[in-house]
Amino acid sequence: MRTDTRVAKPPPSKKRAEPEAPPKPANGLLLCLAFLLPPGLTPRRVRYDRRYRTLDKYRFIVGFLAVPLAFYALFVVSPFLQAIYYSFTDWSGGPVANFIGFDNYRKMWDDERFWDSLEVSALLLVIAPLLTLVLGMFFAYMITAGGRHRRGQAIAGVVGSSFYKVVYFFPQVLSVAIIAVVWGRVLNTNSGLINGGLEKVGVDGPAWLGGDHALGVLSLLTVISWSFVGFYVVLFSAAMGAIPKDIHEAALLDGAGRARTFFSVTLPLIWDTVRTGWIYMGIQALDTFAICLVMVPSHVLKVTPVFLYERFRDGQYGYATSIGVVLLVLSMVFSLIVMRAGNRDRIEY
Amino acid sequence: MGSTSVNRRDVMKRAAAAGLLAVPAVGALSSCASGGGEENKAEKGEKSKKNPLGVKEDAALAVYIFNGGYGDKYAQFVTDMYADKYPKADANQKATEKIATQVQPKIVRGKPTADVVNNSGADQMNPGKLVHNKQVADLSEVLDAPSWDDPDVTVRETLVPVVEQMGRFGGRECYQLNIALTVYGNWHSKKLLEDGLDSSYPKTWDEMLAVCKKAKAKGIHGWSYPGGHPRYMFFSMYAMFAQRGGREVIEAMDYLEPNAWKHDAVKDVFEAWEELVAKKYVLTGFDGQEAHTEMQTAWTKEGKCLFVPNGSWVENEAKDTTPKDFRMTVGATPSLDSGDKMPFGTLYAPAGEPFIVPAKAKNRQGGLEWLRMMYSKEAARNLFEEIGSMPVVKGAIDGLELPSGAASAQAAIKAAGENVVIPQFMDWYNELFREDFNNMIHKFMQGQIGPKQAMDTMQKASERILKDPDVTKVKKA
Repeated sequence: MRTDTRVAKPPPSKKRAEPEAPPKPANGLLLCLAFLLPPGLTPRRVRYDRRYRTLDKYRFIVGFLAVPLAFYALFVVSPFLQAIYYSFTDWSGGPVANFIGFDNYRKMWDDERFWDSLEVSALLLVIAPLLTLVLGMFFAYMITAGGRHRRGQAIAGVVGSSFYKVVYFFPQVLSVAIIAVVWGRVLNTNSGLINGGLEKVGVDGPAWLGGDHALGVLSLLTVISWSFVGFYVVLFSAAMGAIPKDIHEAALLDGAGRARTFFSVTLPLIWDTVRTGWIYMGIQALDTFAICLVMVPSHVLKVTPVFLYERFRDGQYGYATSIGVVLLVLSMVFSLIVMRAGNRDRIEY
Repeated sequence: MGSTSVNRRDVMKRAAAAGLLAVPAVGALSSCASGGGEENKAEKGEKSKKNPLGVKEDAALAVYIFNGGYGDKYAQFVTDMYADKYPKADANQKATEKIATQVQPKIVRGKPTADVVNNSGADQMNPGKLVHNKQVADLSEVLDAPSWDDPDVTVRETLVPVVEQMGRFGGRECYQLNIALTVYGNWHSKKLLEDGLDSSYPKTWDEMLAVCKKAKAKGIHGWSYPGGHPRYMFFSMYAMFAQRGGREVIEAMDYLEPNAWKHDAVKDVFEAWEELVAKKYVLTGFDGQEAHTEMQTAWTKEGKCLFVPNGSWVENEAKDTTPKDFRMTVGATPSLDSGDKMPFGTLYAPAGEPFIVPAKAKNRQGGLEWLRMMYSKEAARNLFEEIGSMPVVKGAIDGLELPSGAASAQAAIKAAGENVVIPQFMDWYNELFREDFNNMIHKFMQGQIGPKQAMDTMQKASERILKDPDVTKVKKA
């Protein structure tokens, strides 16, 4: 934070000729009280204190942060601490919640259903960001730099790029439930759009959501990527648009093709954004719930949040919250790894 | 871009989502306080021949009815009967979609406002928990009382036996009473079976295979499987377990006994079905949430399959696609061979729409009396006319002209007699059915696993539930 506050100027002194003797430094208690006083009411002795400046600066910052932080503590931090507490109890919705130590975690460790669901979630965590980000980057690059070179412009998007930018964003506007229901219909074995199309060309479409685990994962991945890719197209096009044109011009003059320009110029310059997107998408993948719950029948596969939901439904609240805590730890570990792994020197431009 | 700060915020968001899950929990916690076991201060009147339950004539009665697909008109009929008999009492009926929200907090506090509750719907109070906390009254008093229509016959004698069985939670006491019957089995079109295939209903598994073969020759699948809802297969399999091995087999399943699912009878039934799957007699490909309606359309409108695993609601559900001369019929599950322990006709026919009376209801006797009236012939017949479901009162709808499916269901119940079987584990350990059986039977119907793995999977699941400290077990009485 470099935000400078206004500096309290010494009030014009009455006797100019006589330079004022520096006031006695204020004691700590007075300084603390001054935190709450407006500068006009603060004794001069305090205002002239060296430490007053620091105090004034932090007072300014606290003034802005106090309310949001209080809300954050009330609505985010506290429920989340409560969840951690409940994960150590056998609470089932009744009047008693007995503390049972790590029993829920032990049960989870032995629960095959948990591991099955985690396998799917982990797969999504690894593949979904990769797929979505690569697609998002490709589309964004096409939109910003994929087109023909027009006169006077170093780079240009493909024809109709501004239209595409909007279209890609559509799924982001739809509610997740709608996406899940619509895709559920599209992937339907007997009457779905995909198998209907395949039938027209004489191919018997598979039962996408009909029980095959691999096909189920594939369908889920496709739908997740489809629904999130638009967001990354917009994110990456903004990042690419912020790169000065002359850098691209220079690359062009040096004879770099589109691919070379992308890997040697564009990608390094938007790396920070990519890393952010990667973490964000990873967390969203780990958090996949509604799409899986609505679209994929539970006997085909389930992700960990769906498994958690089912435990809630059965009134095993203690156990369910412990699964939630594990998911929290996993997301944090994932973010840390990506931040570490993706750490590069930032290029200023 | 200041990426790092954004990242952290997102991490926190994720964390918050986990944290927020605890919020409803807090609300639920605060609404709980247990009412001790003090004596009941319920209003009581003099018992007499005309008033066998000792109802206090001027005590107000509060009836809570779940306002779902059945509405509450059928119950208003009974409440009106009550008002007629006790004109001094203020009989009041409330219909709600949120039974637990409306009724439970006051029951938990020990001061219920309801005297009789239709505990049904998505917001149903967990009956096991109510019994465990001693918050519901033993309804044996109603069953022992003389019936409304004939004082020489007790209420118990007028009802199909499953009603009492389904009200028990491991003891002799009966804590809930159901009012309508569902008949599960092999639903088919009598027209297609008798006219189209020139066959009669298969009473043995060999006949079943023969009919399926005949159908296949005509390009029709003998069976169908709604893949989106694998659990439907249970509707046609369950009675076979009992038929093959006797009641001890299904009791072992209910009480999570060791090797309950490894019984030879279970194996025989799975093997019989495996043959059906292996011979490709089963129509598949219904995968979505609407799998059951897709299947029913293929069955009724398109005539693509002969048998569907289903329950008696199907007649109403498939009404729009059913041709007039379809002659929808339910058949009991075929016998495997002469070694079966229970006869052909054994029926999976549970009762639904449960009613309870809170243990500390102010007008508990009134609540019990209301139930006695519900089980009168008059009210039962009205129930059928209002909602089309079969009442549990024996012979109540005799003489009425029934649609084909309901008539066949009625006949099946009569034919079954005492041989009606109920999977209690579905109420007690729902996940064993809703998750484990459901997931397993899908793989089985796809031919991915055989009888052995099917049995292993179910046995393992049964043992998991037995060990799970979060699940309250029902002990054998």
